[in-house]
Amino acid sequence: MCRVLTVLLDGIAYGMLLFILACGLSVTLGLMNFVNLAHGAFAMAGGYVTVVLVNGYGVPFLLCLPIAFLVAAAIGLLLERTLYRRLYGANHLDQVLFSIGLVFMAMAGVDYFMGARQQLITLPDFLRGQFHLAEGASIGVYRLFIIVICAVLAVVLQLILSRTRFGSRLRAAVDDGEVARGLGINVGTVFAMTFAVGSGLAGLGGALGIEVLGLDPSFPIRFMIYFLIVVVVGGTSSIAGPFLASLILGIGDVAGKYYIPGFGSFMIYTMMVVILVLRPHGLFATRGTS
Amino acid sequence: MEILFWLLPIPLFFLFGLRLPLLTEIAILALFALSLDLILGYAGIVSLGHAAFFGLGAYTAGLLAVHGWGEPITGLLAAGAVATAAGFVSSFLVLRGSDLTRLMVTLAISMMLLEAANRLAWLTGGADGLYGVTMWPIFGIFEFDLYGHTAYWYSVIVLFISFVALRAIVNSPFGLALRGVKGNPLRMRAIGAPVNRHLVKAFTIGAGFAGIAGGLLAQATQFVSLDVLAFHRSAEALLVLVIGGSGAVYGGILGAAAFRVLQEWLSGITPQYWQFWLGAGLIVLVLFARGGLIGLWRALVRRLHRTRDEEAR
Repeated sequence: MCRVLTVLLDGIAYGMLLFILACGLSVTLGLMNFVNLAHGAFAMAGGYVTVVLVNGYGVPFLLCLPIAFLVAAAIGLLLERTLYRRLYGANHLDQVLFSIGLVFMAMAGVDYFMGARQQLITLPDFLRGQFHLAEGASIGVYRLFIIVICAVLAVVLQLILSRTRFGSRLRAAVDDGEVARGLGINVGTVFAMTFAVGSGLAGLGGALGIEVLGLDPSFPIRFMIYFLIVVVVGGTSSIAGPFLASLILGIGDVAGKYYIPGFGSFMIYTMMVVILVLRPHGLFATRGTS
Repeated sequence: MEILFWLLPIPLFFLFGLRLPLLTEIAILALFALSLDLILGYAGIVSLGHAAFFGLGAYTAGLLAVHGWGEPITGLLAAGAVATAAGFVSSFLVLRGSDLTRLMVTLAISMMLLEAANRLAWLTGGADGLYGVTMWPIFGIFEFDLYGHTAYWYSVIVLFISFVALRAIVNSPFGLALRGVKGNPLRMRAIGAPVNRHLVKAFTIGAGFAGIAGGLLAQATQFVSLDVLAFHRSAEALLVLVIGGSGAVYGGILGAAAFRVLQEWLSGITPQYWQFWLGAGLIVLVLFARGGLIGLWRALVRRLHRTRDEEAR
């Protein structure tokens, strides 16, 4: 029973992390309909920024998190303005090829500067150790930390989307770009900002995930399918869809690896194929994703 | 022109006698790209997991040889048959839903196979690869030699036969119907074409030829590793088509040659970082030269014709 609780909490932490990593993609892919396979590269950027700052310059870990967010967001903004923007109207194949190209460049670039080995950081003392819930059931303090941060972020995102002027502009731009433009909304800027924030969140997720997911140059490809699953399974009608999809995915993956280790990551792929075959437009979608 | 193209392997054989393994690889990659082109360029299905069928073919041919049936041609046919069957079954999963769903399902299928090959180490050798692939002589006469002469000719001939078959397919009424489906599926359905059946057929045939390409690799290199199922192999085939031009039968072959030569050259300059330039090239191609080599060639021919017409006037 207690074992179940531990696995469940680990799964929730993992799922929350996936949500932060993938929620930017759910906007670019789900709402703006851009197949961006390079989303993981932004997460990797955030992770490596943190590694360099913590290990190389002794910057406190907590301070690195906002920096990782800002750096990834800046890279995202730059690339959106220079390259991504040109392909918004292009067909899916072109977008796939373009973003695979970006992934290859990011992987080789990181390999060149940082080497191919797995990167590690030392967490500050107060984030280490175990937190005992009941007899036998415990959760790593760091995982608890992830759960709290990601939950707060999810709430903030939902509020931004539903309550602020920017949120309503974004929803308008996505629903009908032409009309939004006619109403004086600068759709290009809204998309650029959204892309930057999404990349920044991925960078933050990458920084948080070093301990949990591991970090090496193959990161963008290893997690690409997870991000895609979150978006496609979660649908795009609200924040809640991707959020629930992330949790299901996280718990399913952790539980699968724990209880049926021989089955490994089959669990994920099987789940995804089954869901996609039964509900091609996602579990929670109210309308098609393309 | 075409005859000249297909005579090229002969001078190449004498010019690059020491680089024959590279040329063999080009032939195999070309066949793999051609098989993807049927799915992507003609039927318009974006697949990120075509390596699944390549790998299935490679393991089929490899395992047959390891377990005592080293006859190459039947081995190759078996590889094609297994991949065809797998392609037929998975096509029903793939063809549901939108572009994005197809992307993900193809990707997931190839990932599942990769995971399976990794787990079933007693059968496939797992991460160490499948050793002990020994091939019998082709027709009982031509033995696979150390220099790769036989492997080279064998691959080139298989490529040629498959090429002729694939070209016959894309130029048949079925091929035309496929192009129609790609252009406007709604309209094709409206004029009574069985759109889904066409797509299933195309996907199945494409998978089969990918299996033959995989089997060819296993037999020519006498080794199979997990690499045959890896994601980068699917991406490579896409790349080859982008470089060469998709939806054109020679695109795959030209692209494969250009790709492997580039790869060889780049990894000579910056070993292990050649992927960087590959990615950069891909982005440039997508942004500026969307027809690939074939597209450039056609543009050139068109321009020549135009100037000639003007002169005639």
